[in-house]
Amino acid sequence: MERLKTSLCGISLSNPVIPASGTFGYGREFAELYDINILGTFSFKGTTKDPRYGNPTPRIAECSSGMINAVGLQNPGVEKVIEEELPNLAKIFSKPVMANVSGFSVEDYAYTCQRLDSCPQVGWLEVNVSCPNVHGGGMSFGTSPEAAAEVTRAVKKVTTKPVIIKLSPNVTDIISIAKACEEAGADGISLINTMLGMRIDLRKRRPVIANNMGGFSGSAIFPVAVRMVWQVAHAVNIPVVGMGGVSSAEDVIEMMMAGASAVQIGAANLIDPFICKKIIEDLPETMDRLGINTLEEIIKGAQLWEKM
Amino acid sequence: MEQVYLQIKENHRITDSVWKMKLTGDCSHITAPGQFINIKLDGLFLRRPISVYDADLNSVTVIYKVVGKGTAQLSKTSSGVLDVLTGLGNGYDTSLSGQSPCLVGGGVGVPPLYLLAKTLIKEGKSPRVILGFNQKSEIFCEDDFKKLGVDVAVTTVDGSYGVKGFVTDAMPENADYVFSCGPEPMLKAVFSHCKDGQFSFEERMGCGFGACMGCTCKTVTGYKRICKDGPVLKKEEILWNA
Repeated sequence: MERLKTSLCGISLSNPVIPASGTFGYGREFAELYDINILGTFSFKGTTKDPRYGNPTPRIAECSSGMINAVGLQNPGVEKVIEEELPNLAKIFSKPVMANVSGFSVEDYAYTCQRLDSCPQVGWLEVNVSCPNVHGGGMSFGTSPEAAAEVTRAVKKVTTKPVIIKLSPNVTDIISIAKACEEAGADGISLINTMLGMRIDLRKRRPVIANNMGGFSGSAIFPVAVRMVWQVAHAVNIPVVGMGGVSSAEDVIEMMMAGASAVQIGAANLIDPFICKKIIEDLPETMDRLGINTLEEIIKGAQLWEKM
Repeated sequence: MEQVYLQIKENHRITDSVWKMKLTGDCSHITAPGQFINIKLDGLFLRRPISVYDADLNSVTVIYKVVGKGTAQLSKTSSGVLDVLTGLGNGYDTSLSGQSPCLVGGGVGVPPLYLLAKTLIKEGKSPRVILGFNQKSEIFCEDDFKKLGVDVAVTTVDGSYGVKGFVTDAMPENADYVFSCGPEPMLKAVFSHCKDGQFSFEERMGCGFGACMGCTCKTVTGYKRICKDGPVLKKEEILWNA
């Protein structure tokens, strides 16, 4: 359907709906439920240079309108992803996939991105400088403009694929970080990753999660995400992928009006495995109701009130 | 796995804190004993995974203990329709046991053994059942198993009913094949009292269908998701406190 088309860093998407990294694995579980080729694309599970078990359990906590996770980047490592997951993905998904990459040093990021650069199935590299659940890496690169720019430069040197830097909301000045990434050559920005959160078990008097803190996601964080997407989209000249608590066709439209060229859906996939399919099916009718002809025309479409 | 909308037919208390709920609708995706369903409740974000006590093509019965917000809310829901993911988890593989396996359950680990016992009987096997509880007032399902015609032993920690002690006190010496479900300390004790068997584990889950890696555990054969690759693990796969 032409009305739902959008494009991201020069690659066209049949619709803006993209399951977010860490909520969709490498596609297998969802391909058993529906044809995942209906998606714009999807961002696969955060992949690192070496295999990772992740954090001890419990890794999950319930919250009002959301959840906390501290999975800790469990993944089989980039070599196994290239040898096993990508060939398997080729059987179930024929579109370019977004490869989500994480690391613990600038060299790690560059190594993993270079390995994935050689894979024709990979359309974009989404570089996660914002994981709150691993020590000595992840988010620490995304909380300073200099470090985020350094990762961006290192990754850009080893790939010709579009590089999207995934940013953390756990910062005081998101705009300076997004701009530093843009100046360092980023082709796009995606945000927001999860917000750092914590729950305490009242009986045990200990955190619910074994890692003590974790990433808060779900519909509760949607307003924060819309605000940050708006701020970044109006500060940079590269496309922005909006995410954070999106769970309906209306939310997708709101993200795009805030400035997103495409929209990722995360935690909602875990509650309703068919949510992305439902959103794609709901979009045309929702657009009709709102008098929207094409999605591309509404990107950055929200006009601010004049300040008195 | 399938997402279905199931009608609440009954939902009643069977002990102080344990409830039994029967749901009707398309339950054809429940294909093995030991699987679970994941229930969406209004106002709560994550679904609540509950093990299957009994099922056929058009109904599923669960028995659950009220332990938190979700199960408390579920216990107060006496009618209406629930959004449920069914047929989750691997379940027990009944083909691997001998003629007379020992089914060992503790507390709210007892319910999945009921459909398991029915399945084994249908396959011509003669299971014997050992159920462990803390005290007499907490006992449930004993008569359900007796009605299947199987040999049932009940243990209570305080000795207020049946054999005084733990399930292992009623188990045969070095049982040939065990199917077990219950709290982890019990599973561990049963593990060391048998030659072979299958054990069902519990973990806090995100999705319940293998997408989020929230419930991973380490096993001899690699990392496994309790929700998708489990909840049942074979004896030779299990690593304790890994």
